[in-house]
Amino acid sequence: MNFPLTEFITVSASNPWTYVVFGLIGFAFGYTLEMSGFGDSRKLAAQFYFTELTVLKVMFTAIVTAMVLLFGAVGLGILNFNQVWVNPTYLWSGIVGGLIMGVGFIVDGFCPTTSLASASTGKIDGIFFMLGGFVGAAIFAETEPLFTNWYNNAGYYGRLTLDQVFNLPIGVVVLLVVLMALFMFWGSEQLERIVGKKDMSREPKLRLVGASTLVAFALAVVFIGSPSLEQRYNKLTFTRTEIIPLLEGDPIVSTNIHTADEMLSTRLAFVSPAEAFKAKYNQSMNPVYLDVRS
Amino acid sequence: MTTAPVTKKSIFNRPEKNYVHPYIGGMVLGIVLFIAILLTGNGLGSSSATSRIDALIVYTISPSHVDNNPYLLKMAGGDKNPLNDWIVPVFFGTLLGGFYSGWLNGRLKFITTKGPNISNRARWLMAFLGGVLFLYGARLARGCTSGQALTGGATLSAGSWVVMFAIFGGAYGMAYFVRKLWN
Repeated sequence: MNFPLTEFITVSASNPWTYVVFGLIGFAFGYTLEMSGFGDSRKLAAQFYFTELTVLKVMFTAIVTAMVLLFGAVGLGILNFNQVWVNPTYLWSGIVGGLIMGVGFIVDGFCPTTSLASASTGKIDGIFFMLGGFVGAAIFAETEPLFTNWYNNAGYYGRLTLDQVFNLPIGVVVLLVVLMALFMFWGSEQLERIVGKKDMSREPKLRLVGASTLVAFALAVVFIGSPSLEQRYNKLTFTRTEIIPLLEGDPIVSTNIHTADEMLSTRLAFVSPAEAFKAKYNQSMNPVYLDVRS
Repeated sequence: MTTAPVTKKSIFNRPEKNYVHPYIGGMVLGIVLFIAILLTGNGLGSSSATSRIDALIVYTISPSHVDNNPYLLKMAGGDKNPLNDWIVPVFFGTLLGGFYSGWLNGRLKFITTKGPNISNRARWLMAFLGGVLFLYGARLARGCTSGQALTGGATLSAGSWVVMFAIFGGAYGMAYFVRKLWN
């Protein structure tokens, strides 16, 4: 089976299951945030006074857990990373937006998703945050035309991942991020002990086992590596359904699975001039044009 | 806090349980995020759902206003339904999931979570203003702590890591000046 499942990449009314799947994902998301204590703004704000670093711990545990599983699955060829949404890099709007979010975070003690877990459990401040959020997003929609050029072009790098920035194999980046996270957890616990006056001897010893497992997984990701371009090319298959209408009777429907080589040699893969033109102005694509006319 | 004896287990009167350990919560969240990416290729998020609901409201009140605003026009207008995006079911699912966890664990209560030296009204005002700021920033950065920091962090997007550090930078930089709100 090839992941991600193409039928679940977008929602569509023709396949109501897509709403169910995304709804369940959201449900699990909200449940987890609430059970981690993110419905309480005090727990979130405490992060920034070094008394309780739950935000950092939950967030980075989630990031590294998802990351090792993700790149493990990519390395094993189960998941096609090209079909995974990677947030495109817009450097300057990202930095300015991030700083504004940070100020909002410490003033209100929520972020958009934690406010959902908060509001839905009856926290009145969470409900006020949500209302403010609708106003903030509306103000953005009204003001965006004033700086739309800067918003869409300043520091735009498209799909850029850290392994490309540092020119390292992706497995090595995964390992380095895991080690950085573990160092930050250690630092957080020191801060909680010193600033938050928390008795750290009562923390479960099991977390050391968790940390070792994480490092072992990250090492496995380094060892497995990523499938090469050639391996991915050989794995590509295309399903084509041909319908041949007949004068009498039902049309002949044949479904064939082609490899990439067959698609190219039989000229089944082609691009129309209009499609090539559109691709050139599609910001989410970076088409490469080869002139083979000579 | 006085603990009144619990006489009946209604929705709002269940014994309150403790939050799970942060590392456990984080691990479960990471697995949820991984499953989301594995099945759908998309991660988690919520802030663009807020934009889309806004777009729907604006379109209902004044469709011509949507036609004159290129940002809204990308989501609404014509035959486009602004709610037809994966983030919308995730948004409503998150509300339900949070509610269910609060219900199971006895945390469904109408209360205001705030620092000890601030009135309820001031807290509500701050939460509202912070919400305005946060969502403005989130739309500017094209994602909030979930869509950028969490999802982009796990997929190793360079821009998302920058956003994540900017969020923490902004919050730590401002924390000293608003310490009265929390301490």
